[in-house]
Amino acid sequence: MRIDNVHLDTFSSPKEDSFIQGVRACVPTLLAYLSIGFACGIVQKTAGLSVFEIALLSLILYAGSAQFIVAAMLVTQSTSMAIIITIFFINLRHLLLSAALSPYFRQLSPFKNMLVGALLTDETFGVAMNEAAKKKSINEKWMHGLNITAYLNWVVANIAGALLAQWISNPEKFGLEFALPAVFIGLLIISILDRSKIKLDVVVAIIAIVIAVGSTLMLSSSLSIIVGTIIAATIGMVVEKWK
Amino acid sequence: MEVRWDIFLIIIGAAFVTFVPRVVPLMILSRFELPEGVMRWLSFVPVAIMAALVGQEILLHDGKISSIRNNVELFAALPTFLIAIKTRSLLATVLAGVISFMILRLFM
Repeated sequence: MRIDNVHLDTFSSPKEDSFIQGVRACVPTLLAYLSIGFACGIVQKTAGLSVFEIALLSLILYAGSAQFIVAAMLVTQSTSMAIIITIFFINLRHLLLSAALSPYFRQLSPFKNMLVGALLTDETFGVAMNEAAKKKSINEKWMHGLNITAYLNWVVANIAGALLAQWISNPEKFGLEFALPAVFIGLLIISILDRSKIKLDVVVAIIAIVIAVGSTLMLSSSLSIIVGTIIAATIGMVVEKWK
Repeated sequence: MEVRWDIFLIIIGAAFVTFVPRVVPLMILSRFELPEGVMRWLSFVPVAIMAALVGQEILLHDGKISSIRNNVELFAALPTFLIAIKTRSLLATVLAGVISFMILRLFM
């Protein structure tokens, strides 16, 4: 019993390097993003991009949905400007993620905040907010550990997918495309359970789902995410204030 | 090691319009104390955005709302939600999701 306790303590000791803890926090998302990154590499290669161009895309752009769109729009021979504008709208949701993280990094300089935000993604945001809910704060090194692990995983997966595109023609057969929805489901449930507002959070989540899905009848799916998030979060805020 | 000039411009342009919304709120908003209402609003953003993403992943196919009957994602989501609630573990949730999806697709 005593040995077990000691073992547990060293396993999650506060003395352990926070960077390494951030790396460890990223591990559950690796499988999902490895498979998506792999598929993304294959799609980009089949769209006619060279392996080196794909490496540059994942290194500099580093955004899954945007990279899928580059590939899709290159195939339909869209103009460079159209591609860039579409990606701007797809990635506008990062404004919300970045704003939601900002209270936890108030002590940092603008430059250090830029480094925190540069590698921000849906998944690292979700993992970071779970950490914030548990510990009430986010360590800067922990955040870099999380971000850099996700980044390297993505770049490696993209390049591997591009290199292997010649041999595998149908990556969806492996059933890994559900890994991404599963990551989002896990992050959603864990963040709801970690806060003490389960009823209100569930209401907010349902409103967000209904609007994000329903408004795709009129808007693009990425704009629907933004609209659904803004309306649902506003309702949550108003209801909580009234209580 | 071939990079075409027009592709390079797309990469740089797309990276720029992605980078700015990622870093600007963190750089600006962390300089001053946000009003309580805004903080309260931001506290609901993670749940709202994750739910919105889940909703679209499960209920949309190629940008259109998919029918419920042969929606494998929707049925695979049910055990995934259950495991997430029971275990509170991201890894267990991802594994449960992928395995249920693989099994369900054999029958649907």
